[in-house]
Amino acid sequence: MSWQPSASLINIRARAEVLAKIRAFFAARDVLEVETPLLTHSTIPDPNIASFKTTLNNKNLYLQTSPEFAMKRLLASGTESIYQICKAFRYDESGKLHNPEFTMLEWYRVDFDHHALMQEMDALLHALLQTKPAEKITYQESFQKHLNIDPLNCSLDDLRTCAQQNGLNDIPDLDKDGWLNILLIRFIEPHLGFTQPTFIYNFPKSQAALARINDDVAERFEVYINGVELANGFHELSDTNEQRQRFIADLKKRAQLKLEQPPLDEYFLQALANNFPNCSGVALGIDRLLMLYTKTKAINEVIAFTIDNC
Amino acid sequence: MANFSTSEFKQGLKVIIDNDPCNILENEFVKPGKGQAFNRVKYRNLVTGRTLEKTFKSGESLPGADVIEIEAQYLYDDGEFCHFMHPETFEQYQATANAVGDTKKWLKEQDSYTITLYNDQPILVSAPNFVVLKVTQTDPGLKGDTATGGSKPATLETGAIVKVPLFVNEGDLLKIDTRTGEYASRAKE
Repeated sequence: MSWQPSASLINIRARAEVLAKIRAFFAARDVLEVETPLLTHSTIPDPNIASFKTTLNNKNLYLQTSPEFAMKRLLASGTESIYQICKAFRYDESGKLHNPEFTMLEWYRVDFDHHALMQEMDALLHALLQTKPAEKITYQESFQKHLNIDPLNCSLDDLRTCAQQNGLNDIPDLDKDGWLNILLIRFIEPHLGFTQPTFIYNFPKSQAALARINDDVAERFEVYINGVELANGFHELSDTNEQRQRFIADLKKRAQLKLEQPPLDEYFLQALANNFPNCSGVALGIDRLLMLYTKTKAINEVIAFTIDNC
Repeated sequence: MANFSTSEFKQGLKVIIDNDPCNILENEFVKPGKGQAFNRVKYRNLVTGRTLEKTFKSGESLPGADVIEIEAQYLYDDGEFCHFMHPETFEQYQATANAVGDTKKWLKEQDSYTITLYNDQPILVSAPNFVVLKVTQTDPGLKGDTATGGSKPATLETGAIVKVPLFVNEGDLLKIDTRTGEYASRAKE
């Protein structure tokens, strides 16, 4: 137990430097900085994301897990391209790369598809980390290259066999996406982004989250540097009915897992139905970015006070 | 015993995995951008002594294991059990051949060993890193030959056979590294 910060003074200053550079990057591109609430009446129903909850006047309030829904309401109201640097909260996520309270950069570009946004992300990474131009590889190609399996056209058994052939015998019972995730984490991620940033794009449609589905794949991407996932982006779904169906499917999964059933964000669903522009958006973990900027190995080296000393 | 969830797995926590008491060594939280979170856990099975890895879905829980370690003196072997005694409480413990395992060859009466108790039963007996034992049998030493290499077998008072330098004589006290089973040096009484 120490009252002192876990991050060094050098790294505390590095954070200020990086935030200033990000703001300059977006100012030069005419992207508007915005703020949205951290406390909201609804939260994401994704069964794999858990929210902190509190109450006010007997009503539930949640700490946001991402500013996505509120920023999309701003986009529908006509702001044009926007960005935000804010705190986000995920219950029970703690480790070398996770803190339950973390800093997120999220931005949306009107009239960008996911490829155009990947290009801008690459420019930001170059501006901050002097990285070489990124490589791009589809989700399918990454599995074919590293595991010799087609993730879009294989069975649950194929995935289980592939895991066993690679020496993974200690895994609990998982569904198809669970197996895809564990194979990605164990055998693909460790190879990504060592000479230049790596974009993985076009995810299985079962992992679309809030991305559009086109040609049977989700227009979603992730960015890796030094084997660490840094950001996740979507060509944003703009169909309110499909969005509601995905939320309802998530709520059903939550019910099976005996998880809380949070209310859906009806404001967000209304915004999608009202002049929501064609756009792409991405969320980047600032703390992990700082780990790369300062060449540190653990998140508590770049956060002054983590969950362990706050 | 209470149950512990993956987020409570800390180094040193004793839990039951696959019916055996285990000691958590490392717990790494891994989560893909979107999707199920996992905990990669490295642990030592306290019955077999083996270090293993297992991946859990985050939020799973395991029953705690009532495991403690004590220091106890070796008393004797009755052919079925090795008997030990706690030097302060005088409580006696009997360990099976399984629990004693390879440590048997380092057991010397009156000396102190670490015993891992699970539900009050010894499951593992470990020797200190170094023990001092007397040579009971070895071929005659070669006088003056203290520098050149070469070794010969020597039988120690516990029955263990170790390779020793040529100058070692019967009756000498030797310091042995129990982790490798190798001769370390000569020792004084």
